[in-house]
Amino acid sequence: MSGVRNIMLEIRNLSVHFSSYSKGLKRKSVCTIRSLDLTANAGQVVAVVGQSGAGKSLLAHAVLGILPSNSTVSGDITFKGHRITPESAERFRGRDIALIPQSVAFLNPLLHVGTQIARAAVLNGLPAREAKKAALLALERYGLPSHIYKCFPFQLSGGMARRVLTATATVGSASLLFADEPTNGLDVATAQETLKHLRELADIGKAVVLITHDIEAALQVADKVSVFCGGVTIEEASATDFINSGRLRHPYSVALWSSLPNNRFIETITAKSFCSLNGGCPFGPRCEQAAEECCQQMPELIPLRNGKVRCWHACG
Amino acid sequence: MLDRLDRRSTTIFTIAGCIFLFGVVLTGAWLYGEHGEVTHLNSRKLAPSLSHPFGTDWLGRDMLARTLKGLRISLFVGLSAASCSAIIALILGLAAATMGKTIDAVVTLLVDMAMATPHLVLLILIAFACGGGAKGVIIAVAASHWPSLTRVIRAEVLQLQSAEYIKLSQQMGKSRLYIAKKHMLPHVVPQFLIGLLLLFPHAILHAAALTFLGFGMSPHTPAVGVLLAESMRYLSMGLWWLAVTPGIALVIAVKAFDILGSNVRALLDPRTCQE
Amino acid sequence: MLVGKDLAFRYSRKQDWLFQGMNISIAPGERVGLPGPSGRGKSTLAKVLAGYLPPLMGNVFVNGKSQENGTFNPVQLLFQHPELAVNPRWRIKEVLTEAGEPSRGLLQQLEIDESWFYRYPHELSGGELQRVCLARALDPRTKFLLCDEITSMLDALTQALIWKAVLNIVADRNIGLLVISHDNALLGRICQRSVLSFETSENGSNKHAYVHGNAHTHHE
Repeated sequence: MSGVRNIMLEIRNLSVHFSSYSKGLKRKSVCTIRSLDLTANAGQVVAVVGQSGAGKSLLAHAVLGILPSNSTVSGDITFKGHRITPESAERFRGRDIALIPQSVAFLNPLLHVGTQIARAAVLNGLPAREAKKAALLALERYGLPSHIYKCFPFQLSGGMARRVLTATATVGSASLLFADEPTNGLDVATAQETLKHLRELADIGKAVVLITHDIEAALQVADKVSVFCGGVTIEEASATDFINSGRLRHPYSVALWSSLPNNRFIETITAKSFCSLNGGCPFGPRCEQAAEECCQQMPELIPLRNGKVRCWHACG
Repeated sequence: MLDRLDRRSTTIFTIAGCIFLFGVVLTGAWLYGEHGEVTHLNSRKLAPSLSHPFGTDWLGRDMLARTLKGLRISLFVGLSAASCSAIIALILGLAAATMGKTIDAVVTLLVDMAMATPHLVLLILIAFACGGGAKGVIIAVAASHWPSLTRVIRAEVLQLQSAEYIKLSQQMGKSRLYIAKKHMLPHVVPQFLIGLLLLFPHAILHAAALTFLGFGMSPHTPAVGVLLAESMRYLSMGLWWLAVTPGIALVIAVKAFDILGSNVRALLDPRTCQE
Repeated sequence: MLVGKDLAFRYSRKQDWLFQGMNISIAPGERVGLPGPSGRGKSTLAKVLAGYLPPLMGNVFVNGKSQENGTFNPVQLLFQHPELAVNPRWRIKEVLTEAGEPSRGLLQQLEIDESWFYRYPHELSGGELQRVCLARALDPRTKFLLCDEITSMLDALTQALIWKAVLNIVADRNIGLLVISHDNALLGRICQRSVLSFETSENGSNKHAYVHGNAHTHHE
C-alpha cells in the first residue's frame, strides 16, 4: 500500500490547550493534547486508541472546528491537500468531513429522526426536495424499515439508534468520517454490527477514523492503529502487529495489549518506576524499561519498521 | 485570545457598571432632594437644554430631578417586590420538591393557576385589593412573580433528589439535614441568585406599569409610571421630553439588570463558565 | 452473608417486571459475577441489594438483619459513570472524607495522589475518579462491594490497574464482591462463580441458578 497516494487526512503535531480560571480572574492553561500525529488514507480504518479521557475525542472536534471558544489549537491538519484551520473548518464540516455522534443524546429529542437525517442531507448540499428521498435511502441502506423515519430518538432501541446515527453522517457525500466511541454501552452483537458498518464505509473508499478505548473492538476492523498516551501519539502500528505483540514498538502498546482480560490481565501491572511525570515520556512512571532519559525528555516520533514510535528504547 | 476580555472580567465590569449607575441615581436623587417638587412657573415647558438636561414640565419642575427621584422609587419598589417574590418562590419550590406528593400537587396547581391568569389583570386586582399606594404595588408584584422561579427551583431540586450521589450519601448514613445543607444548597443557591437577578427587570417594569395605570402611587410621588402617565396629555403638544426621558432612563436601568443577570448565569453554567 | 430473598421489582405498574422471585446470596470474601449485556435488570438488582431502591416484594438481609435508614450500609455500590456518583461542586477531599477519613494505605494502594485533593471532579479523568469512588466506598465498615460495569468505559491498562487493587483489598478485608459486566473474559478472570445470564422468560419471572466451579470453565 503506497503511503503518498490517497492520503485523505494528515495531522502533524496537533496540540489543543484549554484555558480555564484558576482563582478569581487568573487563567491557567491546561494542555489536553500535546502532540498528535495521524494519517488516514482513503479506504482505510484508522483506530486511535489509548487512555480513556477527553483527549482523543477532541481530535475529531479539532478537525471539524467545533472546539469551545476557550481552546487554542496548533499544528498542521491537512485534508485532501487543503489546510484546515478553525476558520476554514466550516467549509468542510458536514460536506466532506462528518462525525458519527456518540449517542442519541446528540440528536434533537423533539424532531423525527427522519427529519434530522434529511436535514443533515440538506446541510450537505442536497436540495430540500431530494433530502427526504436521500434520508429514506440511508435508512434502507442500514436495514431500517421506512416507518422509522417518523420515530423520535427516545423510541429507538440501542441497535436501531446506532444505525440512525451512522445514517446521519453518511447520508451526504462526506469522504472522511469520525466515529467517536461507537461501541460504548452496546451489547456484543450490536457492537459487531456497528464495526461492520464502519468497515463497509471504508471499503467503498471513505476514510474512517475510529476513536475508542476498546482496543479489541478496534482491532476487528482497523487497518492501522495510532496509540495515544498522556497527550502524545506514541506509536503508529498496523493492526496485525497486535496479534503477535512481539512486533509492537512501544512498551505502552505492549502493556495495553497485555492487560486485556484475555491476555495477562492484572499480571501486567508492575510497581511504579522511579520516573515521575516531568516532561519526559508519559509512560515513564509505569515502564519496566524506564531509564534516566525517559524521565527527562520526550522522545521524537520516528519511523520504525513500517510504523512510527516515540521511545528512547524502541526495539528495532 | 487573551486580548479578548474573558467572561469573568466582563461580569466584574458589568457589576461595577451597574453599581455605578445605581449609585449615580441614588446620589442624584438625594442631591436634588425636593428640587423636583418645586414649581417654577416662569420656566414651564422648556425643552432639554444645558440648565435643564431633561427639560421641564408644565409646572416648571425640572425633569432630571423628577426622573432621578422617580427611578429611585421605582428601583426600591421593584427590588423589594422581586426579593419577596424570590423568597416565596424558594419556599414553595423547595416544599413542592421535598415534602411529598400532595404538597407538590397543591403547589403545582397554584403555579398553573397563577400562570393562567392574565398577568396585568392579576396585578391590578391585587393592588386594588390592597388599597393601592406603594404598599399595594409591592404586594401585587411580589404576589405575581413567583410562579416561574418556583417551577425552576422545584425542577432543580427534583432532579437533584434522583442523583446517584444523593442516594449514596443516604446509604452512608447521612441525615436529611446534612444532605440538604451540603449537597442541595450549593446547587440551588446559584439558580436562586440568577432567578432573583432576572426578576428585577420584570418587577421594576410591572411596578411602573401599575403606577402608569393609576393603581399605584399617588400623583405627587414622581414614580416613573406617574411621570409617564402624566406626560401622555402633553405629547400631542409636542412636549416629547416629558415621556421620552423617563422612559429611556427606565429602559436603561432595567437593561442593566438584564445584562448583569445574563452574565452571572453564563458564569455559573458549567458549560460556559470557563470562557 | 448478603442475602436477597424473593426479590421482585419494576419501575411502575405500566412496565414489565424486571425480575421476580429472585434469590441471590454472597458470602464474605466470595467473588460473584453477574454477566449479560448492559440492561436495566442487572443494575436495578444491584440498586435493590444496596438499598437504593426498595424491593416491591421480598427482602434484603445482611447477616440476618435488614438495613436501617440513617446508618452506614455495609453494602456499597459503585457505578459505571463515576462522574454521576460525586457532587460536581464538591472538591475531591470532601468527596473522599464524606463517610470518614480514608487510610493512607488505602489511598496508596489505589494510587490516589494528594495533589488531587483540591481539584474538582471534572478535572480528573474517568479512571482517576473511579479510584476516588472506590476509596470512598471501601470504608472499614463496608462488608460487600457491588461493582456495576465499573471499568467498561476505561481502557485496558487502567482497567487492569483498578481490578488489581480491588482484588487485593477485597482479599485482605474478606469483602464479598459482586461484579456486573458484559465482558465475559473479565468475569472469568475475576470471579469464582457466576449467576447465569439475566434472561426474562415469557411470563416475566426469572429465577437463577448457581453454577459452581472454576470461573474459567463456564464463561463461553
